[in-house]
Amino acid sequence: MRSLLYVVTSLAVIGLAFWAYRENYRTQEAQTRAQGLQQAIAATRHRLRVLNAEWAYLNRPDRLMDLVELNYERLELMPMRSDQFGRIDQVAFPPPPYLAITNPVDVSNMEPAQ
Amino acid sequence: MTRTPLRPLARILEARSRGENPDAIERENIRLRHEEMRDRARRRAEGRLLVLAALFFCAFGLVGGRMALLAHSEPGEPRTSVAGARILAQRADITDRAGRILATNFDTHSLYAQPPDMVDPEHAADKLVEIFPGLDRARLIRDFTGDRKFLWIRKTISPEQQQAVHDIGEPGLLFGPREMRLYPNGRLAAHVLGGASFGREGVHAAEVVGVAGIEKFLDERLRDPARAHEPLTLSLDLSVQAAMEQVLNGGMRIMNAKGASGILMEARTGEVVAVASLPDFDPNDRPALPTSGNPDDSPLFNRAVQGVYELGSVFKVFAIAQAMDLGLINADTKINTETPLTWGRFRIRDFRNYGPELSAAKVIVKSSNVGTARVAMEIGATRQKAFLGELGFMEASPLEITEASGSKPLLPRNWSEISTMTISYGHGLSTSPMHLAAAYATIANGGRRIVPTLLRDDANAPGPRVMSEATASAMRKMLREVVTEGTASLGEVEGYAVGGKTGTADKPKPTGGYYDDKVISTFAGMFPADNPRYVLVVTLDEPVETSGETPRRTAGWTAVPVAAEMIRRVAPLMGLRPAIEPLDLAGIRQASN
Repeated sequence: MRSLLYVVTSLAVIGLAFWAYRENYRTQEAQTRAQGLQQAIAATRHRLRVLNAEWAYLNRPDRLMDLVELNYERLELMPMRSDQFGRIDQVAFPPPPYLAITNPVDVSNMEPAQ
Repeated sequence: MTRTPLRPLARILEARSRGENPDAIERENIRLRHEEMRDRARRRAEGRLLVLAALFFCAFGLVGGRMALLAHSEPGEPRTSVAGARILAQRADITDRAGRILATNFDTHSLYAQPPDMVDPEHAADKLVEIFPGLDRARLIRDFTGDRKFLWIRKTISPEQQQAVHDIGEPGLLFGPREMRLYPNGRLAAHVLGGASFGREGVHAAEVVGVAGIEKFLDERLRDPARAHEPLTLSLDLSVQAAMEQVLNGGMRIMNAKGASGILMEARTGEVVAVASLPDFDPNDRPALPTSGNPDDSPLFNRAVQGVYELGSVFKVFAIAQAMDLGLINADTKINTETPLTWGRFRIRDFRNYGPELSAAKVIVKSSNVGTARVAMEIGATRQKAFLGELGFMEASPLEITEASGSKPLLPRNWSEISTMTISYGHGLSTSPMHLAAAYATIANGGRRIVPTLLRDDANAPGPRVMSEATASAMRKMLREVVTEGTASLGEVEGYAVGGKTGTADKPKPTGGYYDDKVISTFAGMFPADNPRYVLVVTLDEPVETSGETPRRTAGWTAVPVAAEMIRRVAPLMGLRPAIEPLDLAGIRQASN
């Protein structure tokens, strides 16, 4: 009876050790993956910040003003005037909606990493 | 342990035979036993103390060791927690009211050198001077070959420059990551934003601290790590601000002014939609503080807030409003305007002679100094001072930029009756245009005090009542008449019913007295006058309008056209629809007989 108990106990210890060993490595693997994801998030955030700053820089009012002046012949854009306000009944009904996009392609991470 | 009996029979018998007291033996034994017990207890206590001391030593050693370890270890990102992911930048962005970026952070690098690691200092210095033309070659070589262990070369460099420095291939030139403050719109709203620079610098990071404007005033909020991810939303509107700066710049050139400022404020909330001061600067490359000359001429000087001037006739409105609020006069009361008005050795004159008397409304429309001074005499110094205090003219403007603390109005040392009279038409009391805009907003919003602010917040609302609704409404009507038939006739903008008052004040000489040919011309107004939503103040410094035969300097010819053009440009941008002005109802009353 006692020897059976010893055998079962030692088998349980071996089993638990194997389980702990596996869990340990799985945890480490998950941590490495999480770290990789964190880095990817940080890189994407960084890119987002740069893109936001660049968007703001490209849309700065004096640049837009220069572009409007350069392209005056084609676009004929002028500062907004008070007589350009319309009434709601002058606005056409919206066109029928386009077909829904069912296969979006994510391009934000497709640039080669620098 | 053998226990010794207290009365051992052998010794007692022996003692008895010797005729001694056997009790002495018992007492002696008790004493010995007590000594033994005492020694045992002491040993045990000593042992316990020792164990306790060892435990305490271990515990404190653990704490100390852990602290030393923490102090010496390199900081690392937590690998498993997601809590740190919310902090995006060390300084929060600043956006306008629609979320468009006014200031943001940009990752870049700094360049430093460790001369002991350098292989070929002269070659490195040559190449560095090629990349950065501002560097001094001789000085670089001196630094690289001397006994310095470390020196900064550039605080921020661009990616192209970084690559060029890499290409030198010098192991002693190193890069440290830097976050720099970027103002993508350049000069736009420069005086509000101020600028930022580096505080404490290390190799791996540097503090970014605000040096002026709202960046300095709200430095703690912007640097607070808990709120670094949420942008600070200002009440400014980027497109309105840009249009205002453009119009103001054009107006300043046409009117040959040396400086100009404009303030556009929401009448109900006190939120500043646009504020400009020219000349301005680029906050990305903030010029150094001027060390010589007049500080007013520096582009860093914010005329809208720091420019404390006597603003002239725009103040007349407050004297008349107070007199009406006190019930001393109404809009039709006739006021003696015989010019000049003599008081002691002073004489107060009008620009023109307006005849013996004018109604109160006409005093404003024609801008009569004499009439206003007479009304102010009725009010008296104490009441005038209290009223101007309620309008906010007695303290520095509470606007959220550091320069606002320099906007403390200059009050007369002794508020005598003659001061009361001159202050009523805007002389003897110097304030900033921002004060004036806040006070006009009180008239525009129906008589409630407002606090000018640069922060967009739904909780911004008018404060306590300063004048009655009826007074404010009557004043708005008078201000409208100033534009339709008075001194500001060039300020008429079709569809927006502008109301406002002009002011032309001679500039004081530094030596005393006033210049004859240098003025500050101001237009303070609101639109639409029947239900004002915005208050506009435009100030030109030393304008001259030279299209006529004689040069004209009055505000009606200089500040007013600029203000009108500004309203024409800006009102549609703010979505303000032109409207037909409601006419006064004809004086028909229902009469019953």
